Amino acid sequence: MHELLSYDFFRNAMLAAMLAAVSCGIMGTYIVSKRIVFISGGITHASFGGIGLGYYFGINPILGAAIFAVFSALGIEYSSRRTEIREDSAIAILWALGMAVGVIFVFMTPGYAPNLMSYLFGNILTVNTSDLYMLLVLCIVIIIFFTLQFKHILYIAFDEEFARARRLPVNMIKYVMISLVALTIVFNIRVVGIILVISLLTIPQTIANMFVKRFFNIMIFSVLIALLGTISGLILSYLFDIPSGAAIIFFLVSLFFVARIMKWIILKTSSI
Amino acid sequence: MSDLLLKIENASVSFDGVSILQDINLEVRKSDFIGVIGPNGGGKTTLVKLMLGLLRPDKGKIIYHLSHDTGNTKIGYLPQVHSFDKKFPITVQDVILSGLPSTHKFVSKHTGDEKEKAVYWMDRLGISSLSRKPIGNLSGGEMQRVFLCRSLISEPELLILDEPDTYVDNLFEKELYEELKELNHKMAVFLVSHDVGTITSYIKSIACVNKHLHHHPSNIITNKQLASYNCPVQIITHGDVPHTVLGKHDHKHDHEHQH
Repeated sequence: MHELLSYDFFRNAMLAAMLAAVSCGIMGTYIVSKRIVFISGGITHASFGGIGLGYYFGINPILGAAIFAVFSALGIEYSSRRTEIREDSAIAILWALGMAVGVIFVFMTPGYAPNLMSYLFGNILTVNTSDLYMLLVLCIVIIIFFTLQFKHILYIAFDEEFARARRLPVNMIKYVMISLVALTIVFNIRVVGIILVISLLTIPQTIANMFVKRFFNIMIFSVLIALLGTISGLILSYLFDIPSGAAIIFFLVSLFFVARIMKWIILKTSSI
Repeated sequence: MSDLLLKIENASVSFDGVSILQDINLEVRKSDFIGVIGPNGGGKTTLVKLMLGLLRPDKGKIIYHLSHDTGNTKIGYLPQVHSFDKKFPITVQDVILSGLPSTHKFVSKHTGDEKEKAVYWMDRLGISSLSRKPIGNLSGGEMQRVFLCRSLISEPELLILDEPDTYVDNLFEKELYEELKELNHKMAVFLVSHDVGTITSYIKSIACVNKHLHHHPSNIITNKQLASYNCPVQIITHGDVPHTVLGKHDHKHDHEHQH
């Protein structure tokens, strides 16, 4: 273990695991509580369009994905209030459009597309310093925003109409939150990949919610569970030489079943 | 008049070209206890949203004479029960505290004073023991009490209730109306209901909403008057001989007579 930590790439991976846990633990609690898992899935896949454009134009694919994700997130939020299209249909269209654009531009990019698999399935061992900085800044922004606005975030997520009647800044909070959701997804793509990032935003929260029932507590427990998942996954991936993203998710899903059984035993013993 | 709280002048609201409310006039005064009746789809909830400022009228205006505050908290609002997610991870106490005005823009904690207010209202409505429970674990009647606490914690001058009698047991219904009668000493009450019969003994005046609004000055309203207001609702009188009378029969409102 000491020997491992002396490698730069492994230290980066450990830091990425921690930052991923903090960002996904907090934002995932909002996603799960507000039941916007499907919207988040849509944003995730729409961002692939940005990755394709990044490849084609030779810019950082994560930057392209961030722009795509934030615009699709704001678009979904805006259209859900103003247009007559069913929200879930609109999300499905955006979902497919992003993937299509991504595939077309990756295909049109001359030569071999390096690292494409790492965007789809993630590879925490290839996380570089600039990825870490992006994640770090994101985590700081999320923590500051939650510290200042926690009550408003909670009340608006719970009962939007009442919040509007109370003249809370409903639209501002919703737009900021959905943008933070989009950025959390994109900056964690390097860690677990497009296909798997949604599970890092939902599994820890689902486990936490089995044992605690308050938004704030779910947030804290989710961060800890996600941390356990990312670091264990990272170590498993090193020991057995398997892809890190899949190792992390597999570990978390196993943890979910263990928690389920524990909860069942607790209920059984408390009812006797 | 100094005891005027709210005045609606010639307000009209329509959605997608369909007129929901037309040329509404209404005055709400300090000691008012107004019962609002009307068929489903007649615009009762739209009227509530108009008063809360959630909707703007296409024409006409609303004038408020409430004490000034930052969060519109001088109007207490009890929405229909089914309008929120029952699995949302929030406790009873947090729901009640959300009714307070947000005085400090950038402080996320509630003060001890605010928590005391929550305790006072929970005690008064008999839900103190539920304080730390998740909202989803409550029964319909308990939830209504929680939401009533939320609308009262800001000490409103006008309390608007949108069909508080749905999904609750009869016992709570009676308790609720008694409580409203008590609260009416301190604030105006605007009660939207589908159960005209029960509320007549508590309310001071009746408003019929069916695209138009007729504010009837007393709590006694006859079938004939309802018919002239074009307000087809079912009336169950709770006198010695309970009986059901139907208002003016309009073919397109057929389905709305059923509860």
